[in-house]
Amino acid sequence: MDTYNSLAAFAQTWGLVYFVVLFIAVVAYALWPSNKDRFDEASQIPLRKD
Amino acid sequence: MNRHAIFEKNSIVLTVGILVMVAIGGLVELVPNFYLKSTIEKVDGMRPYTPLELAGRNIYVREGCYLCHSQMIRTLRDEVERYGPYSLAAESMYDHPFQWGSKRTGPDLARVGGKYSDDWHVQHLVDPRSVSPASVMPGYPFLAKAKLTGEDIVDHLKVNALLGVPYSDEMIEAARADFLAQANPDAADDIDGFEARYPKAVARDFDGNPEAVTEMDALVAYLQMLGTLVDFNLYDGKADINLR
Amino acid sequence: MASTAKRSLTLEEGGFAVFTGLIALYCLMAAAKTTDAVMAFHAWVGLALSLIGIFAIFKGYTKRKENPPQTIDGLPNYQLGPIKFASFMAMFWGIAGFTVGLVIALQLAYPALNFNLPWTNFGRLRPLHTSAVIFAFGGNVLLATSFYIVQRTCQTRIAGNTAPWFVVAGYNAFILIAGTGYLLGVTQGKEYAEPEWYADLWLTIVWVVYLLVFLATLWKRKEPHIYVANWFFLAFIVTIAMLHLVNNATVPVSIFGTKSYIVWSGVQDAMTQWWYGHNAVGFFLTAGFLAIMYYFIPKRADRPVYSYRLSIVHFWSLIFLYIWAGPHHLHYTALPQWSQTLGMTFSVMLWMPSWGGMINGLMTLSGAWDKLRTDPVLRMMVVSVAFYGMSTFEGPLMSVRAVNSLSHYTDWTIGHVHSGALGWVAFVSFGALYCLVPWIWNRKGVYSLKLVNWHFWVATIGIVLYISAMWVSGIMQGLMWRAYNALGFLEYSFIETVEAMHPFYVIRALGGALFVVGALIMAYNLWMTVQHGEVETASAKPALAPAE
Repeated sequence: MDTYNSLAAFAQTWGLVYFVVLFIAVVAYALWPSNKDRFDEASQIPLRKD
Repeated sequence: MNRHAIFEKNSIVLTVGILVMVAIGGLVELVPNFYLKSTIEKVDGMRPYTPLELAGRNIYVREGCYLCHSQMIRTLRDEVERYGPYSLAAESMYDHPFQWGSKRTGPDLARVGGKYSDDWHVQHLVDPRSVSPASVMPGYPFLAKAKLTGEDIVDHLKVNALLGVPYSDEMIEAARADFLAQANPDAADDIDGFEARYPKAVARDFDGNPEAVTEMDALVAYLQMLGTLVDFNLYDGKADINLR
Repeated sequence: MASTAKRSLTLEEGGFAVFTGLIALYCLMAAAKTTDAVMAFHAWVGLALSLIGIFAIFKGYTKRKENPPQTIDGLPNYQLGPIKFASFMAMFWGIAGFTVGLVIALQLAYPALNFNLPWTNFGRLRPLHTSAVIFAFGGNVLLATSFYIVQRTCQTRIAGNTAPWFVVAGYNAFILIAGTGYLLGVTQGKEYAEPEWYADLWLTIVWVVYLLVFLATLWKRKEPHIYVANWFFLAFIVTIAMLHLVNNATVPVSIFGTKSYIVWSGVQDAMTQWWYGHNAVGFFLTAGFLAIMYYFIPKRADRPVYSYRLSIVHFWSLIFLYIWAGPHHLHYTALPQWSQTLGMTFSVMLWMPSWGGMINGLMTLSGAWDKLRTDPVLRMMVVSVAFYGMSTFEGPLMSVRAVNSLSHYTDWTIGHVHSGALGWVAFVSFGALYCLVPWIWNRKGVYSLKLVNWHFWVATIGIVLYISAMWVSGIMQGLMWRAYNALGFLEYSFIETVEAMHPFYVIRALGGALFVVGALIMAYNLWMTVQHGEVETASAKPALAPAE
């Protein structure tokens, strides 16, 4: 039980913080204005004709 | 050309990133179940399968019985009333692989042991609709004809022992003899030894054919022991620290 | 500028020939030593396939005038052979798998169809059905599309010449060994992970080569950006490798025998199995097919994906959340409750990225919805995304403990799986194959769009019959199991609930039959496309865009 409780306590605090930070990082990367052009260009890749 | 090297690294970065992302959930959910003592309850009565039961279990796996029958009574009122006390983690701790199942096209079998006679099981396996007219189960008449020699059963016990099933050296040594003894106790030399090695194990001619040990013997022996090891008159569910 | 004009036996060919030779030797030894009839049979099959492989390598060498160049006239010289092979096998296994599904559906309605024989009983045929549709049909679609997409989006020929062939041929050899094994009673007894240890080992080898081919193609790409479809493919390949290795950890009883014992046991084995099982859904049947969606829908609609930014958030959140969802298969069981809670929580959260992906796929059509009227192929893919949305709404719902207490162990689960498998996976695969076959065989288009239309409607009606029958029977059976009479006793015996299923099993089989008919129409259509389709001439191709 002790092991369980300490693991659960860690997961419910630091685990949560960690996941939230991770999520914000991904969203920030996706929405960062300077990345916009690269993403717009990347979205055209399937449409290139050869 | 310089930039190219960075891109090469990017696909590795991507691969590592994926691996890290998908590893987290697996590690958190899998690993503690091996280390938290509360995962498996402490109960009396659990023992490894007898050699014949193990052979029967392998037939159960081979024929895909788990695709229509569960062996996991959930902690729900109607299930406990229909099938018996809810299944404990300890009850499948020697099961390689587990056979909890995911679908009940037929009923749960976790506590089927002792509910029906051997004759009923044999008849039901040979021709399910002869005893249960609305059943949709396939017939398994071929099991009664397939003879088993048990010559490699000792190797099966050894592998299970290697994987942590508490088969003693004595059990491994007597594996073949125990295999034959359980299906044909009248002809056995050391039936007392067998019963001492495997408490609560029942030795009898399960398929009603004393001539040979068949797959039917093995499968019925397995079905008849399912859920019979733990005595639920003695088991204290309140002390259950399985966290559920 | 053709790089290597000379013909030589490459190191790659030599390596694969030697390796395949070693496999042949092992098979010969196993065939001689084993006392296990199925192992002997599989050893002979393995030997025959290895020899065919070696023969094919040398024939390929003697037939060609020069080693295949990387580019022809400045354009990438895409390798299409393995893609054609995998497309063909996808169609073949698809029809086989759907047909076996129909057979087992009929067996549940009319049990006499089990014929009392070992190799025709439901218990052996069901793994054959699931493996044939998921791993054989789905797997070959993924191999074909991933090899196509990675070459196109990287503007480069695939890495290696023999290796891609090894991947597609080796993968299908795995399917053959696994499938014949089921019929002969060889199984690990874990759902969707039934193939025994030797088939698993072989798949591991094939999969490592697959990963290397895929990565090496990314390394030689001419595009600076790795297109998002490739991310999904990479996640699919890497995660399936991880799941496969952990869930299939076994110790064989004899290295010349088929039987092995799983290392894990009981509750830990259950957790490992459903961690594997649900992520076979998440990474095989979702991530891989999302990659198809992210390439084929934009390509077919001739518009870029709705939001590339959304696709990035979609990708990372999907792969991160999916891996946790497994324990929702084990609610109210002996699995510790903390695991069940985690599984349920993440399954509910998973709804968000799933619908993010659905919106991204559907909205790609915004401003071009009229194409749905005229192009049945595009319609098929768009409807598949709609089914994806439906299944990924139903899934989180069913993962809630209270709902699961009713739905689990019933046909509701079967219906849910099939709304995903038939509606999403199969439809997006059909759409992709209808696009791909004309492209790789250099045809102007599919032989008959009218037949595509027929396929679409016949299959859609089949799916609707299937899933509505399973909803009714599943919810009904769940309710009957927990029904109490006025005296407080259980109202129905188990067999009464089985009897009540019968009409729905018949309707389900009818739905399945329609789905098979649709696939047969498709096979005919694709066959005619390849055999008699109008050849796309070079001059008809649109002008080249500069490769930036």
